[in-house]
Amino acid sequence: MSKSSLLELEDVEARYGQVKALHGVTLEVAEGEIVAVLGANGAGKTTTLRAISGLVSRQGAIRFAGKSIARRSPEATTRLGIAHVPEGRGTLSGLSVRENLRLGAYVRRDRAGVREDQGRVLGYFPWLEERADQQAGTLSGGEQQMLALARALMLRPRLLLLDEPSLGLAPKVVAEIFRIVAELNEREGLTVLVVEQNANLALDASSRAYVLEVGRVALSGSSPELRRDESVRRSYLGY
Amino acid sequence: MKRALGIAVWLLAAAAAVAVFLVVPHLVSDFHSRDLAGAGVFFIAIVGLNLLTGYTGQISLGHGALMAIGGYTTAALVVHEHWRDVWTIPLAGIAAGIVGFLIGIPALRLSGLYLALATFAFAVAMPSLLKKFSGLTGGSQGLSFLESSPFQVTGLKGTVTVFGHTTTANHFLYYLTWGIGLVGLAIAWLIVRGRFGRALRAIRDSEAAAASAGVNLPLYKTLAFALSGVYAGVAGSLFAIQSEIVNPLSFTVLLSILIVVGAVVGGLGSLPGLVLGALFVKYLPSLAGHVSTRPGAPDFIYGAAIILVVILLPGGAGGLLRRLFAPLTTWLYTRP
Amino acid sequence: MLLAFDWSQLAQQTVIGLSSGALWALLALAIVLIYRSTGVVNFAQGEMAMLSTFVAWSLVHHGLSFWEAFFLTVALSFCGGVGIERAVIRPVERAPVLTIVIVTLGLVFVVDGIARWAWTAETKSLPNAFSTRPIQVEGVAFSIQDLGNIAVSIGLVLLIGVLFRYTKLGLALRAAAINPEESRLLGVRVSWMIAIGWGLAAALGAVAGMLTAPALASFDQNLMQPVLLYALAGAVLGGLESPVGAVVGSLLLGVFVNLVGTYVDWVGNDLRLPVALAVILGVLLVKPAGLFGQTAARRV
Repeated sequence: MSKSSLLELEDVEARYGQVKALHGVTLEVAEGEIVAVLGANGAGKTTTLRAISGLVSRQGAIRFAGKSIARRSPEATTRLGIAHVPEGRGTLSGLSVRENLRLGAYVRRDRAGVREDQGRVLGYFPWLEERADQQAGTLSGGEQQMLALARALMLRPRLLLLDEPSLGLAPKVVAEIFRIVAELNEREGLTVLVVEQNANLALDASSRAYVLEVGRVALSGSSPELRRDESVRRSYLGY
Repeated sequence: MKRALGIAVWLLAAAAAVAVFLVVPHLVSDFHSRDLAGAGVFFIAIVGLNLLTGYTGQISLGHGALMAIGGYTTAALVVHEHWRDVWTIPLAGIAAGIVGFLIGIPALRLSGLYLALATFAFAVAMPSLLKKFSGLTGGSQGLSFLESSPFQVTGLKGTVTVFGHTTTANHFLYYLTWGIGLVGLAIAWLIVRGRFGRALRAIRDSEAAAASAGVNLPLYKTLAFALSGVYAGVAGSLFAIQSEIVNPLSFTVLLSILIVVGAVVGGLGSLPGLVLGALFVKYLPSLAGHVSTRPGAPDFIYGAAIILVVILLPGGAGGLLRRLFAPLTTWLYTRP
Repeated sequence: MLLAFDWSQLAQQTVIGLSSGALWALLALAIVLIYRSTGVVNFAQGEMAMLSTFVAWSLVHHGLSFWEAFFLTVALSFCGGVGIERAVIRPVERAPVLTIVIVTLGLVFVVDGIARWAWTAETKSLPNAFSTRPIQVEGVAFSIQDLGNIAVSIGLVLLIGVLFRYTKLGLALRAAAINPEESRLLGVRVSWMIAIGWGLAAALGAVAGMLTAPALASFDQNLMQPVLLYALAGAVLGGLESPVGAVVGSLLLGVFVNLVGTYVDWVGNDLRLPVALAVILGVLLVKPAGLFGQTAARRV
């Protein structure tokens, strides 16, 4: 494992009750990278992110910035600077846009920093300002995804876990979201681990990728490499 | 070969249960037989409630009120119409079953906690309702068999002769109650195994899925309510026969709570543990009283026991039994 | 004909109704708080309030003034509520609704048992919270006690409202109730939020008990049983999902029950409780979500 690894998973297993969903996943994400996790439905992509955050019972080594987080609860993982945007956005529907954003910075103590980030976030998503008092549940799918991203940024995270950002969204919206993620990665060095069913998008947006099958890493490599790979092309890119 | 063995094990268990049922009164005092008969009443009500809550997931905190319907039907028939007490049992069951069906219809619109609240309110209101219709129910005084129709009480003279066998009144009550209870259990078992039971379980696991699979949701849910009502009515009737008196205070919301507790402790969605649930509910208060007689102590112990059982054994006694016998049943039912 | 109607009696009975309704509103609000955060109706809410009232009585008995005992009891009740949640509800937090309902029913016995064990059964009384002098408004006499109950209630409800709407803690409490998993991902300690919810509910119940008791000449361990039923009726009427609904529903119920009891002879005093129960059944049959609730789409 390289020294600049921000996130390392070694032989991670995870189960839902009696059912094992991950059978030993090994991957790493270096600081400043965008890494994608691909795979079919049920391959364990979402479970991998949930294992990192601590939402599912897991075994195996999980290290963040060198320190083990394998025993940490989701609340504690967040406090380390890992922002997790779950599948389906996780919008807090009963609350306003403004309140959702405030909650993004819930664990932070530095008032000045939070205000600064608020400004930055509004820079990326200017429309949030005028909709500040709107009920978050009434936003469109794409808007909710952007709100979720904005909320995650309010944490000033070191690592962003993005779960199926394209799910249920129109292509134009999805493209915009990935554009913003790329910009954040370039400008601010935000490290991203993105889980995507849409392999095309994911391989475009990332520098490296892993392909999961039945709870295990089946393939890994740089994104251009994987794009050229026969099996990936046939199973996930459709040609 | 294994299949035959499996059937043999089942038959053995059933035979053992019947044997225990027949023998117990001779092993305990006459008075305890009477107590056990009381537990039998709970057992019948619990089996009925289990069909409703354990299998269709509808929560009812009002089955004590359905017991009241059964109990008062029996009492009214004995006291006003001079029927023999035991012959009133089927009618009491039917009466409560009808009321159960009527409750089941509006219950379709309510889910989970809302249904619990509605049935809770019904149970709390029942004593007042019983007092109001005093012409039929005897108001706050209630109806007393011994006062009005003593000759309709089976066992008045202290012994009962059935088919040539003579037993004490208490033994008779025990056999009557648990006999009906075992029959009721068998019927419930057959229902659960059959089409009706499968439909009920489909409803419990996912109403939307069941509906799209063609299960007639409203029909099955109201039928389940009606059926559980029949059991409660029979239980109430037996309760009246055992006590030889009914009054509004016999059927407070506490009774409804005890039935639900008994069903949960016995194990919802399964049948074997329900006997334990009935025994738990019947005997815990007096056991608690034995530990300490200081005011409030029995209540405390009772409540603490309920909480502990529910926390430690979420599947109830039935769940525990299933886990204990899992090695055996797995061996019996899996292909080598 | 209109001039012959006794408007002053109507006004008086309305205020009396509002006063009872105000106290029911506190318990109803407690019930709704727990319902929103835990998904269950805490059937032991009344008994917990009763226990708090007895604690207050003991404090007064040991020399504290009513209001000193009041605030101390509220603080103790908050801690008690948190404690009960941690000890008894936390193990079953993820269990099905029925299991948690059974636990709260068990709690009824446990709390009742404690109250009967620690204090004798002989009736006790709490000193009056407010002066018993009547006050004249436009020539009509109202009791300061009734007006005081209404004022304290409304004040407390507003305070809770401010907590939820304008503070970070309130935001976290709301988020935890709406979407626990997502809230955990945002760093909210959802488990503790639920416990705080129980603490607040217990504190509200304590206030309800401590204001209910002085109005009666004497009280015993059965004090809060009818109040729980009225509070349930008020909460159902207003909508179990809605804190505002719980309060408004209880106030309306208070006025309704009192006016019906005053003006309809055969209801009188005996059938007030069945009236409340009829309200519960009626609302659940017609519009289960209550006055302020939204009929939520069923999650598949």
